[in-house]
Amino acid sequence: MMTRVVHAVLAVAAVGLSAAAVSIFPRSILAFLLFQGSLLFVYLARIPGWLRLGLFGLALLVLMPLIGFVNGYYLEVATQVGIFVALALGLNIVVGLAGLLDLGYVAFFAVGAYSWAIVGSPHANLIFGGSGFPLPAWTFYAFLLVGLVVAAATGVLLGLPVLRLRGDYLAIVTLGFGEVIRVLANNLDKPINLTNGPRGITPISRPPTAFGVPYSEYFYFLVLAIVVVVVLANRRLEDSHVGRAWEAIREDELAAQAMGVPLVRMKLLAFACGASFAGVMGVVFSAKQVFINPESFTFLESIGVLAMVILGGMGSIPGAVLGATVVTVLNLQVLKGLSLWLNELKNAGVTVLGFSLADLPTQFEPAKYERMIFGVILVLMMILRPQGILPARRRQRELA
Amino acid sequence: MTALFEARGVTKRFGGLTAVSGVDFVLAGGIASIIGPNGAGKTTLFNVFTGLYEPDAGTVTFRGRSLGGLRPDQITALGICRTFQNIRLFGNMTAAENVLVGMHARVPLSLWDVLSRGPRFRRVESRLWTRAAELLERVGLRGAGNEVARNLPYGDQRRLEIARALASEPTLLLLDEPTAGMTQAEAATLMALLRSLVADLGLAVLLIEHNMRVVMGVSDRVTVLDHGEKIAEGHPQEVQANPRVIEAYLGRGWAGRARSHRADGQ
Repeated sequence: MMTRVVHAVLAVAAVGLSAAAVSIFPRSILAFLLFQGSLLFVYLARIPGWLRLGLFGLALLVLMPLIGFVNGYYLEVATQVGIFVALALGLNIVVGLAGLLDLGYVAFFAVGAYSWAIVGSPHANLIFGGSGFPLPAWTFYAFLLVGLVVAAATGVLLGLPVLRLRGDYLAIVTLGFGEVIRVLANNLDKPINLTNGPRGITPISRPPTAFGVPYSEYFYFLVLAIVVVVVLANRRLEDSHVGRAWEAIREDELAAQAMGVPLVRMKLLAFACGASFAGVMGVVFSAKQVFINPESFTFLESIGVLAMVILGGMGSIPGAVLGATVVTVLNLQVLKGLSLWLNELKNAGVTVLGFSLADLPTQFEPAKYERMIFGVILVLMMILRPQGILPARRRQRELA
Repeated sequence: MTALFEARGVTKRFGGLTAVSGVDFVLAGGIASIIGPNGAGKTTLFNVFTGLYEPDAGTVTFRGRSLGGLRPDQITALGICRTFQNIRLFGNMTAAENVLVGMHARVPLSLWDVLSRGPRFRRVESRLWTRAAELLERVGLRGAGNEVARNLPYGDQRRLEIARALASEPTLLLLDEPTAGMTQAEAATLMALLRSLVADLGLAVLLIEHNMRVVMGVSDRVTVLDHGEKIAEGHPQEVQANPRVIEAYLGRGWAGRARSHRADGQ
């Protein structure tokens, strides 16, 4: 009982104080990290469900948007985290639950993004002629569904030829598929200009917002809403005969089929579900960025999302959420902040062991360490905690 | 009247090796066993019966329906389910979840039911879990439902495989060496369970078994395979006395006359 009270007080204090810290030191990365950490604490603390939900609601619906007014960049980070959380959750279905290693996942994100980008910008006039495009901005909401359907269909399309493949073979084919989509986007500017090639498409319409809400806040809430839906869908799928069939396929495909699991249908369903989440986020991404080109959908992005899933814990929904957050924040804030700080030291001419940092050759510029540190973190994680930060826990049930 | 399960002239080759050659097999009900030395083609025959292998020749019919060209999951849905010789549980899932996967073909829920999670979903889902608990209790795994399958003791894993197969509500249950690695006492308990299943559910059971005490004690009929061919069939006592069976198991010295082509292959 005592621990629960202590935990509850600590959780409330952590969220409140860290949010206050961000508002007092709006430029301090550390304060913002504390705020994120307090949410993790709320998740892990032994507190009643309503308090947890309340604190999450308070932090994500009220405090985070307020922080956005203090420092807009933090809201941008939060929005990007949301986008990647949805991607990681989608990939988690394919890789984590069904055990189908997909190295070209970003292709579905691209399909969703281009489906809105093409008709939501004047670009479509080049394809269809006339001047009917861009479509009215409100059709963006309809395209959230269109993006979902198109991406799911693409998922099935990818799934069909690779159904018989497993493990390494499947990974290679999906890798190729991801590259094919990117190369198509890069080269389909002739004979018919579908994607405008490497120059990309711009300006992409943004949906109308009510009461003059700024777009940064608007997209934050939109992404948050989609993430909530995705998490709910993920949880419901996982805790049903569908999710159990996926896991059975991951554990032993042959036994699963012998127990009555239709492999083809369940695998295609996994691909379609995973892809659909990416498709929806693709539509949002293209509207948010106003400009997209094939550079946003490289192989490295697929690997990044996979790293999130593996870092968080394969097959674990909280793991995917945390993995996406950690990787995105590392990339956007921590490592950038670190290299900025090192740069400052260098510019200030600080000496270490009698060696002036200002004399460092350009090859050793701090900014160049970012990727290396990220890699080292991944390697260390895999050695020290191969099951991921928040590994999937088996559901314990009261059995009659 | 057609038999429950009927195989005619089943042949399966792997490259140059004929694993099963022209085997006829009929099962009307009760408990039947397939025995034979290692490599006789017993498991291959099982794999043909359950659709894991497509036979090179021959037909398999179940309740008057041909199984040719059907996938394993379709055959399971029709009412044939099996266990595996080398246990193939879903190791990282709990015992209860393993059993629930076995019910997959019988779950009357659509994707929309799952995503909307309405009262219908909750009703069906709670019924499934109740049934899983019943099945676990039936095979003697009461209270083990939340254990992760790969952490269960060996004998329990074998029993869990049977519960998982039963979950698909089969009419015909195929068990591939269910007592392997069990003590005589455990094996006897398992056989009692099989008999009660046959009596209560009208289930037909086909066993592959090496434990002769089990085979002779429980089977209504015994079929003997050797080198992919059926060499004997009948009541346990008849089969036990058959010289070809003795020869297949103990070598030619025991059964009198040698057959040279067989001696070379050993």
